[in-house]
Formats: sequence, C-alpha cells, structure tokens
Amino acid sequence: MIDHTVKSYDADLESLDRHIAEMGGIAEKMLADAMDALAGMNTDLAQKVIAADPRLDALQRTIEDHAVRTIARRQPMAVDLREIVGAIRISADIERIGDLAKNIAKRAAKIAGESRIPRAVVGLKSMHEVAAMQLKDVLDAYAQRDPERARAVWKRDVELDSLEDSVFRDLLTFMMEDPRNITFCTHLLFCSKNLERVGDHTTNIAETVVYIVTGESLPVERPRGADSSLA
Amino acid sequence: MTNAMTETSAQARETLPAKMSVKNLDFFYGDNRALKSINLQLPVNQVTALIGPSGCGKSTLLRVLNRMYDLYPGQRAVGEVLLDGDNILAPGRDVNALRSRVGMVFQKPTPFPMSIYENIAFGVRLYEKLGKAEMDERVERALRGAAIWEEVKDKLQASGLSLSGGQQQRLCIARTVAIQPEVILFDEPCSALDPISTAKVEELIDELRQEYTIAIVTHNMQQAVRVSEYTGFMYLGELIEYGLTDQVFTSPREKRTQDYITGRFG
Repeated sequence: MIDHTVKSYDADLESLDRHIAEMGGIAEKMLADAMDALAGMNTDLAQKVIAADPRLDALQRTIEDHAVRTIARRQPMAVDLREIVGAIRISADIERIGDLAKNIAKRAAKIAGESRIPRAVVGLKSMHEVAAMQLKDVLDAYAQRDPERARAVWKRDVELDSLEDSVFRDLLTFMMEDPRNITFCTHLLFCSKNLERVGDHTTNIAETVVYIVTGESLPVERPRGADSSLA
Repeated sequence: MTNAMTETSAQARETLPAKMSVKNLDFFYGDNRALKSINLQLPVNQVTALIGPSGCGKSTLLRVLNRMYDLYPGQRAVGEVLLDGDNILAPGRDVNALRSRVGMVFQKPTPFPMSIYENIAFGVRLYEKLGKAEMDERVERALRGAAIWEEVKDKLQASGLSLSGGQQQRLCIARTVAIQPEVILFDEPCSALDPISTAKVEELIDELRQEYTIAIVTHNMQQAVRVSEYTGFMYLGELIEYGLTDQVFTSPREKRTQDYITGRFG
C-alpha cells in the first residue's frame, strides 16, 4: 500500500504494529516457559513467568493509549480504521494469553512438591504444542496481514478442543484411581482449561486479522470439537 | 459513525425509491468533457454526499441537478436526469419551475441586500401570491425550519447582511425551504463557517432530511460520514464508487476510494 501523504500517520500505525509484535513475543515465551516449569517442577522458571506479566499489561495500555490518540488525531477511515481497532482487540487477546500463561506458572509453582503422574503431563504437552503453534501462526498471519493463514488458525482450533476433552477424561480417570492424585490432577485440569482458552484467544486474533484485511467477519460459529459440553 | 438514522435497516435502505436519477450523464465545458457517463441516484428523504479531490466534477454534477449551468453559455449536459421519473434535461422543460422544486445552498452565504423578512418573501413571491398574514406565516415557518427563528424573530426588518456568517447561511437555507422544494442541493455549505455554526447546519440537515431529499458536496470527509447515508466518490469526472456511507468509509470496494479517504492520494 502506498504511504500516507502525511508521513507521521504511517509512523503512528507502524508503532502499533511494533508493539503488537513485542507483546506477541513476550506471550509466546511466557507460555513456553510456563509449560517447562510445569513439566520440570521448576519454581524459579515459574516465578520468571509471573514476573514477565506486568510488561505485557503495560504494553497493552500503551497500545490502547496510542490507538485512541491516533483516532483523535487522524480520524482514520477504511483500512486504517480497521487496523487501529484491530490493534486494540489483538492487544487485549495477547494480554489475556499472558495472564493464562501466568496462571499455568502459578500452578506449576504450587504442585512442585506434589506426587506426580508423568502420563498426565504428556497430554498437556500435546495441548501446548498445538496452542503454541496456533499462537505463532496467528502472529505471523497478523505480521503479514495474511487472511488465509488466519483462517487456517481459526479452523484448527477444533484440534485443541478435542485434546482438551481427552485430557479431561484422562485426569478424571487418574483421580478416580487414587485420591492422592486429586490435588495434582485438579491443578492440571485448570492448566488444560487455560491452554484451551489460549486457543480461543488465537482464534479471536485470527478473526481480527481477517477483519483488518477484508473488512468482513468470520462466521459466528467456529467448527467445534467433539462434545465440548463436558469441558 | 452513523448519523441519527431512522430504524431502517441497511437492507431496506437499498430498496428506497430514487427521488432523482442520473443516467449516462456527460457534461461539457466547451469541448472539455468534465463528467463521464455518470449513473447515480438520490434516494428519497436521504442525504447523498459527493466527495472527491478538486476538479473531480462533484460541483459540476450538483449544478446539473437544477440546471444552474443553463445560466452560462458553452456548457451543456448530455444524458438523462430524472426527477420523479421525468427527464429535466429534455427540451422544453420549465427551468424556473425546476428550480422551485430543486433548491440550492452555496458555499458562500448569499443573503440578498434586503431585510431578513424580505430575503424569505422575495423568493416566495416569484412563485405564489400570498396575503400578508399568509406570508408572515410562511416566513416564520421557513425561519423555524432553518433553526434561526429564535435568533431573528425580533429583528425581521434588520438587513440580512447584518447577521453572522453562520446565521447568514441558515438564512439562505430558510430562503430555500420557504419555496417548499422537494430536493435541496448543498455545495460545501460549511466551508466558510466556524465549527459551532457547522454543527448547527449539520443538525439542520439531519432534520431537513425528514421532509426533503438532500445532496451535499463536501471537502470534509468527516462531515460526509456524519450527515449522509449514501456517498459517491468522484475522480476526474467519473463516479468511481457509490454506496452506503458506512460501507464506503469502512470497507470501500475501490482502491482509489480508499486511497482518497485515507489520505494516500499522491
């Protein structure tokens, strides 16, 4: 797209872009570290994740302030308007992803001393793989303003829903086998829910990318996993 | 972003009848073809905005709608312009009668060098014979209709030129509605006005829409978004895009439209 006649307008929009990219990078690292802390019973790593969250919150506020000022200053139209609204929405979704990673880290710190079931964590690792890939793909889709890539993320979320269902069943089974597993498995249950929510936020970001580029909304109903009513 | 609209859904708006229709209109200043095959509608009781860079032909198009160009030699229009289905460009049409049905408000307020009362009455008298009481009533109604009655009711004999710029413009609008037209054309009506007067005129256009069909040429895109339901974007004599204002300004179909409204025009 050609530049605005007033160059500082382009600078305003680029600044939003950069801040979103920075937020995305932080959230990706928080999620990976939180899962490592969970799998490796690493309380130091867990604390590091928790400490990273305020930076994400601050970036979201910066993006919102900047977006509001750009709206006031430029009276944006068409794609510019959609870009700015999109930046506000995406920053909110990434901030929530950071919160969810922080919550996983908090639980990792809590269960560090508990009796463990390595099998239970395996299911969560699979969920994390998918969620992390979704997040990376959707951030790339945003960076490249690629609606097809965003649509693919949106469709793939059903995998995460299915994985969450099977993790849920596995954890219930472990808890029924031995009451000593209950504390550990309940924490993992929350973590699996958090990972599923990360997936939901990546689909929100995907919808926003499609909206920014095309001005259109994706259908209200996403393809859903098998019987999510239990989850 | 939408102005104070009725509950009409976007769908219903699409099927509103057209008060005026422009069909395959060309316009020439001498040999220079200033308008090229324009096809456009003014839906009834809606505000249609015409936007575009300088020289795109939007004011030219407006002036065809009430045949203002007739006043100037060497200017001619080819094609059809229908008012309630009747082609106003056809030979033999009464141009004065046309201008009583299609009024115009210009960029620079043009009050007559007469009293406020006479500014209104003068035009009415060209078309109708009214007694004093009836004329008083018509003048009051017109000044109320232009949201200026309260400000001038105690000085109707004062000169129209003694009013402020914003008041003069509203006086001109009053003068236009006094004739009881069906269509009102606004050619950059707020360009010469301060922000408060501009807001009052925009509020007035919002009210007038209920009784009249309105077309407005404006350089101010935010104004176009605020006051209109339909927008036409013109460039170099062509109509590049025409549609619902909300659509044109949030997701325009044409790249040139987007470049213009986002400030990317070279």
